[in-house]
Amino acid sequence: MSSAKVQSEASVMERGDVVSPLTVSGLSAAYQKKPVLRGVTFTVTEGELIGVIGPNGAGKSTMMKAALGLIPRLGGEVLVYGKPYKQQRKLVGYVPQRESVDWDFPTNALDVVMMGRYGHLGLFGRPGAKERAIAMECLAKVGMADFAARQISQLSGGQQQRVFLARALAQDASLYFMDEPFAGVDAATEKAIITLLQELKQQGKTVIVVHHDLATVEEYFDSVLLLNVELVAYGPTKDVFTQELLQHTYGGRLAFLERNSLAKTDNKKG
Amino acid sequence: MNTLWTLLQDPNMQWILISCTLLGLSSGIIGCFSYLRKQSLMGDTLAHAALPGICIAFMLTGTKSILYFLIGAGIAGVAATFGIGWITRHSRVKHDAAMGIVLSSFFGLGIVLLTIVQHGGYGNQAGLDKFLFGQAASMVGSDVLTLSIVSLLLVSVCYLLFKQFKLVSFDPGFAKGLGYPVAILEQLLMFLMVVAVVVGIQAVGVILVASLIITPAVSSRYWTDRLGVMVVVSGIFGALSGATGAIVSSTGASLPTGPLTVLAATLLFVVSLLIGTKRGLLVRRLAQQRMKRRLGYGFEEQAATASVDDRINKEAAL
Repeated sequence: MSSAKVQSEASVMERGDVVSPLTVSGLSAAYQKKPVLRGVTFTVTEGELIGVIGPNGAGKSTMMKAALGLIPRLGGEVLVYGKPYKQQRKLVGYVPQRESVDWDFPTNALDVVMMGRYGHLGLFGRPGAKERAIAMECLAKVGMADFAARQISQLSGGQQQRVFLARALAQDASLYFMDEPFAGVDAATEKAIITLLQELKQQGKTVIVVHHDLATVEEYFDSVLLLNVELVAYGPTKDVFTQELLQHTYGGRLAFLERNSLAKTDNKKG
Repeated sequence: MNTLWTLLQDPNMQWILISCTLLGLSSGIIGCFSYLRKQSLMGDTLAHAALPGICIAFMLTGTKSILYFLIGAGIAGVAATFGIGWITRHSRVKHDAAMGIVLSSFFGLGIVLLTIVQHGGYGNQAGLDKFLFGQAASMVGSDVLTLSIVSLLLVSVCYLLFKQFKLVSFDPGFAKGLGYPVAILEQLLMFLMVVAVVVGIQAVGVILVASLIITPAVSSRYWTDRLGVMVVVSGIFGALSGATGAIVSSTGASLPTGPLTVLAATLLFVVSLLIGTKRGLLVRRLAQQRMKRRLGYGFEEQAATASVDDRINKEAAL
């Protein structure tokens, strides 16, 4: 584990209050002058699984990318364990959307996972036996050890997603951003991913997940962040994942949701 | 064979051979990254944009030196990339169309400048028009030295920054997340491509140089699924093409080196396409047949196809 993390934990103990893994204040971003994210502010609690929910175009991916500095911010501040993100990169792991890369690239599964170690290597450092061992271990954790030597284009969508997760595990981070890890995967992979997320949580890691399937939100996440360009609500799932707030987030587009997943919510409350 | 041996003992021929081999090697290596970053056509744009740059460099300095040409071509290449970027940002014109506009207008300007140079009062202009198709036969000892330095530089940068180049080509978003200076690395790759193009122009010419960047890279992909191997194979293919071009041109009936080099690279591509061990047509066909046999459809091809189709339909229906 990185020394920065140890340091931040030490300072937590000294001061007696809790330093959040992620504090976002006033985060704004725009594509071509059209704001897609406006003044988003929230503070996450350590060791939680957090679902980011909102309609298409609500800026969910944009929020992650802006927080990670992948796209320019219009304004706002992002603190990771109390310090600017740039100083804390090694504490942050990232799983991009699966479609964001060309899977025909000449490389195999093990090699992709080893990329997760690149941040720990120097400028001219090359991955060696140690990186290979870590990468194999991470592949095993996502049930992909048998596919290590497989060319990545010959993996199924779910397997590709698991390789991306293994790469994030290899980063050995404390705070993870995952952009739609459940998109287009089969039931077995979804189960494998959620088991893994729960393991990460048990290790005290914090995971922020862009999620689309409202039916599984209550089952998967401790906290929910509702987003539609602006932050609609953020808090524990039971307080935030309510019909009223979802209606507010999705606008008129929620008609069918009321009948389906939200019926459950109301029943529980009733 | 004897004539070939005599030829190879001629120091002039040796220079040409070494130059063309180094050139092919450098373009083959850097070409892999541009191909994988889907920027193959960028090489063509940079090459065509280089022509006015080279002409202006000559008009300003009055000398034919690779260094000045490199600067001129580099500036013109940057101007061309900015032009493409500007057009795509400020209009609804797509990237490929913008590339076409910029490429042809720079080339047009280059031809105009070339004509001015040839008819104007510039001394020592002889051979500048050779940049259109290249003239490897004019390579001398000092060119070999420059080319060796350039190739060495290119190969070492690609070796040392291999993991960065790999990650930037595969997943620039993740690279950025790790804190890699992605914009700088991309500019560096672009710069290396400009270097490969400018030195390549000497031998192959503005019009054909892009093929040395694209063809060896595409060919090598048929033989391997590993980037490291692909880069090496592509370099070897490029070097082989360059050497073949130089040798055939010196033995044949005074055929031009550049076009011969390109044809050699194309021949390698056809061979790779057919018998490449990873994705060649032959390998794919064999794999398909093996699969059919395993499924028990080996003998009646027609029936086999039909029942496979049936299966697929059923699966789709499910």
